[in-house]
Amino acid sequence: MAMTMTQKILAAHAGLDEVKAGQLIMADLDLVLGNDVTTPVAINEFNKAGFSGIFNKDKITMVMDHFTPNKDIKAAQQCKQCREFASKYDITHYYDVGDVGIEHALLPEKGLVVPGDAVIGADSHTCTYGALGAFSTGVGSTDMCAGMAAGKTWFKVPSAIKFNIVGKLPKYSSAKDVILHIIGKIGVDGALYRSMEFMGEGLKNLTMEDRLCMANMAIEAGAKNGIFAVDEVTKEYLKGRTDREYKVYEADADAEYDEEYTIDLSTIKPTVAFPHLPENARTFDDIPEIKIDQVVIGSCTNGRIEDLRAAAEILKGKRVASHVRCIVIPATQNIYLTAMKEGLLEIFIESGCAVSAPTCGPCLGGHMGILAAGEKAVATTNRNFVGRMGHPESEVYLASPYVAAASAVAGRIAQPADVM
Amino acid sequence: MKACGKVHKYGDNVDTDVIIPARYLNSSNMEELAQHCMEDIDIDFAKNVKKGDIMVAKANFGCGSSREHAPASIKATGISCVIAKSFARIFYRNAINIGLPIIECEEASEKIEAGDEVEIDFDSGIITNKTKGETYQGQSFPEFLIKIINSNGLLNSLK
Ligand code: SF4
Repeated sequence: MAMTMTQKILAAHAGLDEVKAGQLIMADLDLVLGNDVTTPVAINEFNKAGFSGIFNKDKITMVMDHFTPNKDIKAAQQCKQCREFASKYDITHYYDVGDVGIEHALLPEKGLVVPGDAVIGADSHTCTYGALGAFSTGVGSTDMCAGMAAGKTWFKVPSAIKFNIVGKLPKYSSAKDVILHIIGKIGVDGALYRSMEFMGEGLKNLTMEDRLCMANMAIEAGAKNGIFAVDEVTKEYLKGRTDREYKVYEADADAEYDEEYTIDLSTIKPTVAFPHLPENARTFDDIPEIKIDQVVIGSCTNGRIEDLRAAAEILKGKRVASHVRCIVIPATQNIYLTAMKEGLLEIFIESGCAVSAPTCGPCLGGHMGILAAGEKAVATTNRNFVGRMGHPESEVYLASPYVAAASAVAGRIAQPADVM
Repeated sequence: MKACGKVHKYGDNVDTDVIIPARYLNSSNMEELAQHCMEDIDIDFAKNVKKGDIMVAKANFGCGSSREHAPASIKATGISCVIAKSFARIFYRNAINIGLPIIECEEASEKIEAGDEVEIDFDSGIITNKTKGETYQGQSFPEFLIKIINSNGLLNSLK
């Protein structure tokens, strides 16, 4: 039977020749991930259930990224609990302040995920690693616990939607605009329970960072996973990051897809998702004058080096509007260092931005830039739900680093063309 | 296995940030989190909810974050079942894994109103609205999942 990329990876991990949509399977896992918010719950469950040990110390990773450097005593307790567990079981890939980065930027950078892997993470944006041609999906803490103990979990095999990518992005349009455009088109439950599979001749024009950004937001369309076909760009990215052997799975030519869309990159314009759902995507023909209070450039969606370069390109030699607080958060230490060496941090600071150590921080309304009632922010993050960045009456507008930086300068929601 | 109680009703796309706002996630004590459950869209929920009550919502309930604190805090408020037209997938998984019964049923999701007295039979998937004198056929769980729910969660079922 013909299978999608996702189905092939799941079949291989379940030890089956084939699987079909809807089938319940038990699959082996290559990596189990947790962060400082979800891991403590998994550890409590682990202890309560009385498991005697973990399945593999090299295949579990814990990333202290949400409320770190510890924002308060409770956050400190949570990290302490993770640290002690990691030390007790000698977990190899435990990341704490000093070498931590936002999990979904950090794991690909460290080469911890390769094509063909099956990964679960107790964080919804675990779908990010689909960019590398892996099956990767967000789960809860109980799944994480069972995964840590047994190295397996249950899945319902998903059906899929195919996105055929063609063309090339225009200047100042970005992968973020592509994925906001797609979510705007299919809705926040448009891919519910299903895979989003990206392929086509236009893929070669998307960098690994572009793909990570797009796969990251698959969950914002309700998808179980997003996955990109593996090509030269993927192989090039993996060089020097890993020496693990990997297997490339391609969708069968006659694989069944529930729906198919062609996305022509050359038609993508700067896009903003209005509060309070990522599906409220609008282009600048349809955006009134909206004054803003804050800009956040960072997160697992857009805190990578190419994102910082894009923001710096706009901010260079300009000033952030006096009524705007612009916060830039490189997603990992390595990105931070690269940005420093390239002079990007200098550009940010000279233009009036605050630059922070890697953390999720304001993305989930944790710390480092919380909004007051009535305040509006443009953010390169992935969610604009009620109260996501602070007060329930604050508003988050999702956009690319180009649009975020242009908005910081203009003091209102603006596109690069307005300030360049 | 049955659940019976009074209904608290919500709309489409109830996300995990309103079920339990991230500002409280520096705690993983579910009893404590239950005090803040739903507060951004229903400030009185924690005060009004009684053990056994039922939550009914529309499409894509529980979208957003993977935080298990969402179904767990709902369970800790005493809610015995959530009925929705559809659930976001991680929420669906988490709810089952922690033993919070959930049922997808479009008709029930539309017709049941806040305050109705509702009974649910998990084995048959039949939902009875005692206030309105109506019944709706919800999706019943495969055996695999009934086992997890009956053992009060995935981990107990593994033991
Ligand atoms: S940056 Fe935001 S979306 Fe990404 S992992 Fe952190 S909190 Fe989640």
